[in-house]
Amino acid sequence: MMDEKKNVQAVGAPVRKKDAEALTTGKPVYTEDIAPKGCLCVKLMHSPHAHAMIEEIDVSRAQNAPGVACVVTYKDVPDVRFTQAGQTYPEFSPYDRLILDRHLRCVGDPVAIVAAQTERQAMAAMKLIRVKYRILPAILDPEEAIDNETLIHPEENWRALVPSCGADNRRNLIARGEDAEGDVEAELQASDIVIDRVYTTKANQQCMMETFRAFTRMDTYGRLEIVSSTQVPFHVRRIIATALDIPKSRVRVIKPRIGGGFGAKQTAICEQYPAIVTMKTGLPAMIVYTREESMTLSSPRHAMRMHVRLGAMKDGTIRAIDLHTLSNSGAYGEHGPTTVGLSGHKSIPIYTHNMKAFRFAWDVVYTNTMSAGAYRGYGATQGLFAVESAVNELAHALDMDPSMIREMNIVREGERMPAYYGEIAGSCAMDRCLARAKEMIGWDRKYPAHTMPDGHIRAVGMALAMQGSGISGVDTGAVMIRLGDDGIYNMAIGATDMGTGCDTILAQMAAQSLDCPVDNITVHGVDTDTSPYDCGSYASSTTYVTGMAVVKTCEELRGKITRVGAKLLGISPEDALFDGDCVREAEGERSVSLQEIANAHMTAGYEDISACVSSGSPISPPPFMAGCAEIDLDPLTGEVKLVDYVGVVDCGTVINPNLARVQTEGGIMQGIGMTLMECPTMDDRGRTVSNSFLQYKIPTRVDAPSVRVEFEPSYEKTGPFGAKSIGECVINTPAPAIADAVYNASGVRVRDLPITAEKILLGDRE
Amino acid sequence: MMEIRFKLNGRDVTAMAEADDSLYQVLRSLGISSVKCGCETTNCGLCTVHMDGKAVLSCSVPAPRCAGHEIVTLEGLQDEAKRLGACLADEGAEQCGFCAPGLMMNVLALAKENPGASDEEIDAYMAGNLCRCSGYMSQRRAVRRYLAMIAQEVSA
Amino acid sequence: MAVYKNYVLAQSLDEAYALNQKKSSVIVAGNMWLRMCGLRKQTAIDLSALGLDRIEENEDAFVIGAMTSLRDMETHEGLNACFGGVFADALKPIVGTQFRRGATIGGSVYSRFGFSDVSALLLALDAKVVLYQRGEVSLAAYQKEAWDRDILTHVVIPKGRRAAVQSVRLSATDIPVLVCAASVGPDGARIVLGARPARAMVVADGISPEADASVCEAIAQAASFGTNRRASEAYRRRVAPVLMMRALMACSETQKDGEEECK
Repeated sequence: MMDEKKNVQAVGAPVRKKDAEALTTGKPVYTEDIAPKGCLCVKLMHSPHAHAMIEEIDVSRAQNAPGVACVVTYKDVPDVRFTQAGQTYPEFSPYDRLILDRHLRCVGDPVAIVAAQTERQAMAAMKLIRVKYRILPAILDPEEAIDNETLIHPEENWRALVPSCGADNRRNLIARGEDAEGDVEAELQASDIVIDRVYTTKANQQCMMETFRAFTRMDTYGRLEIVSSTQVPFHVRRIIATALDIPKSRVRVIKPRIGGGFGAKQTAICEQYPAIVTMKTGLPAMIVYTREESMTLSSPRHAMRMHVRLGAMKDGTIRAIDLHTLSNSGAYGEHGPTTVGLSGHKSIPIYTHNMKAFRFAWDVVYTNTMSAGAYRGYGATQGLFAVESAVNELAHALDMDPSMIREMNIVREGERMPAYYGEIAGSCAMDRCLARAKEMIGWDRKYPAHTMPDGHIRAVGMALAMQGSGISGVDTGAVMIRLGDDGIYNMAIGATDMGTGCDTILAQMAAQSLDCPVDNITVHGVDTDTSPYDCGSYASSTTYVTGMAVVKTCEELRGKITRVGAKLLGISPEDALFDGDCVREAEGERSVSLQEIANAHMTAGYEDISACVSSGSPISPPPFMAGCAEIDLDPLTGEVKLVDYVGVVDCGTVINPNLARVQTEGGIMQGIGMTLMECPTMDDRGRTVSNSFLQYKIPTRVDAPSVRVEFEPSYEKTGPFGAKSIGECVINTPAPAIADAVYNASGVRVRDLPITAEKILLGDRE
Repeated sequence: MMEIRFKLNGRDVTAMAEADDSLYQVLRSLGISSVKCGCETTNCGLCTVHMDGKAVLSCSVPAPRCAGHEIVTLEGLQDEAKRLGACLADEGAEQCGFCAPGLMMNVLALAKENPGASDEEIDAYMAGNLCRCSGYMSQRRAVRRYLAMIAQEVSA
Repeated sequence: MAVYKNYVLAQSLDEAYALNQKKSSVIVAGNMWLRMCGLRKQTAIDLSALGLDRIEENEDAFVIGAMTSLRDMETHEGLNACFGGVFADALKPIVGTQFRRGATIGGSVYSRFGFSDVSALLLALDAKVVLYQRGEVSLAAYQKEAWDRDILTHVVIPKGRRAAVQSVRLSATDIPVLVCAASVGPDGARIVLGARPARAMVVADGISPEADASVCEAIAQAASFGTNRRASEAYRRRVAPVLMMRALMACSETQKDGEEECK
């Protein structure tokens, strides 16, 4: 572990997570574990219909049932629309929800809230609620949404806070737009070959092991306290205050340990329900989503249909990419206008090098399906499946090795990326990632395929990926560090560790900046009353954005330590140096220890030694990645086994190699799941049938026994210690890489995920 | 409500339960926080505890069936939890930690049943423990580390 | 979730049988699938105190108590030695070790789930079930019956056949898309298809163990398959002969290996 000497490398060391012992000894640190005894149990009654109006609702019998504290219907909630999306205000997501609405827009939409002393009582009471529904025609197919005569949000108080995103509730549109540079039609015309294909992805579930949950209570001061498993505590404060129509000063949000998020908890899925119960009853209340609720009324990936036209010359140079994305946001608009952007802006720029023109256009629509949300990758995953697959298809059409096509066309360090808001690739080791990934998988020996003695076919496939590091010009994080007794540092952050280890990573950066052991930096969970503001952990922002705030805070803190030390030494601060242990004379022998400084500043006559600095970035430097898959395909059954997957990542400087590796391995595994087995499915009445881990299969450890990861760091000058992000980029390569390996093995090109044995065996060979 | 007496982490306990309660529900009501529920379909392994020395899914054991039996949770194996936990932590494998107690209870069962398990045997034995954070590789490295540690102690 | 008001740990099969004659009663075996099926009952009957969790071997057969766990069968040396390790092979893909330690053979066989790997294998091995009232009944017949109120106490697996199982799954521990169990005995080979997705059934019996592709193809053409969300009828029909061929081939291999142990 950490060496106790000063000047040790905290950054770059495989430090254990600070909460590791608590987590691995089963301590009560999660939301449900710390809920007060006697919390009311909150349960939701869900709509059985995809589109309906509540004509009558009678809750009188339920209200009088044993143990019931309250039953809430649409008649009891404020008529103030809000969005559940955890985004910086003013949100791009439209304000299109009420806590409960008469108008039910998808199966599962809450009809009533029941709070009782026990779960059994709540469920029994729910059966006593009588509802008369008027069933409306439902739109289940996103292709039929725009200008359908059925309107999903006809309400007068529907509101888009950012109208420029093209939202129009009279047309079932949440966003529509276009970004382009150059004359894409002319460049496609001038191309020797145009790959023109449509790819689709489904509404995959994040499947964090801890489902959505929160409890609420009134505190000593009559304020609403929300303890929630959330990635966005500060956004939850705003969202819930808006939904309840109460001042924000009356809401406090606390984030304890979280059992995974992956973006799911970047949306306030469940907090409003116990909140309104506590507001009405004054009693503590808790909601814990069942897995079924988490699979049917949550915040999955936006299902997208992507039409790619990719123009290239015979020699393999890519001249133009034209992408149109149709995104299904479901019944509500959470993250709809923003996720779609990444499908083009984080896929097309990879092929900047020879590109003459690009166009990226999008439509995001309402349908009567489960509302989508944020899931790791956030649109980039979908877009990269399409664009990377098209590049692989181009390679086959030209009879070229897909790695060569990429070597010719990928963006190089220092190049401007027109399709990435004109940002410069300031740090980029994608070429090295690609070369190393090829080496690791044995590409040149194995490409494209060979037959094994048992008749199975082994084949390889590859893909590249990029993401961002925070939302440029928007995301911000502040860090506060206070010096305490004997020289300890209390660090407060608003960024939300959801298992990823950001508490530890940020402490490593602080330790590096303050020349002290990581153990000397204390961290704790987030509390909107006491933590400095942070937009939250999403958009791959924490390491890059909040990390930079750590660096800046430490800089300021060092100045204060030096000033107090100098005062104690009776010299001018300009003549003093702080080395982590002592402030000493620059020219001389005398010094005063950090311990003495810390203890002195807690007596009269000294300035407070604490600092709180926020940081944001005008740019969002992309991490890059190359992934290669080796599969074993049984040609007689179509079954695919993943033999090996290698990922090589450029996330800038690696702050903690263990945690970065696990992020990558975990992200790749989720990508593998999305590619080969995870299949969100609805019936013809809009009911989600993939509503459990029995029906929605995520990878087990026997499904993909080998995932290997390496890093090819670049140095990002604008990031803390040269770091960029890693959390999301790593989910993006498996789908296109495996799809191409499948093609190489079988001749069948699957363009709609997941790639099942059936699609391969019964598919057309190309 | 019925009264169920059993041994929990070495101590005799009496729990009140409904006839159709599961062992998982009873354990939570007794303040055992390490057991978690991740699904309702016996797929996730988060609720794994030892019943008479064997790893079982506490969500599926009818509470009344525990009467007279011996139940052990991670709370009752804190020394082993720290050692195995350190192996997980050294790989960063615990991540969000929500699946860790169930995983660890099954690893401890594996260590008893097949301490020399190969990678493939580790994976097969642990297949019923889902994890969405880690991608499993770091968990396998940690289990390997733990089994090696035990083997060394035995031979020493 | 299954809901019931009373829980009775039966002290005898008589008591269990008597209680089970009421429609409002249900027998709790492993409680793996039962708890998911949303039953509402008055009384749950637990057979776990009746010593039905043992695997006994006699001259001609293995007699397996209904409350024996799938894990015990998977790891039982005698059973696996006699049948060339087919139980270990066939049970391993079922969810996970903890699940298989809970799930019981009686629960699997009584429920007659279409997706049952176990039923397919037992059918191939010509297993019988022992019912408390009716006595011994062939599994092939029992598979076709409706759920009744008798109590399944044992499963009897006669010695003398070699079996192998092949399956296709969407993921490694999922329920199967299609399962094929083949066995070879003195009277020739037998083929069982399960997860069609309907209940497992014998689709060929007494055929030559060296049946070729065209024979398997013909059997698959004659069998009935359906579509569910895991696969289409067309896919199942297409892969069925492949699994049959492979299972038959595997049988002949285990036959060579395992001739000795079972005598």
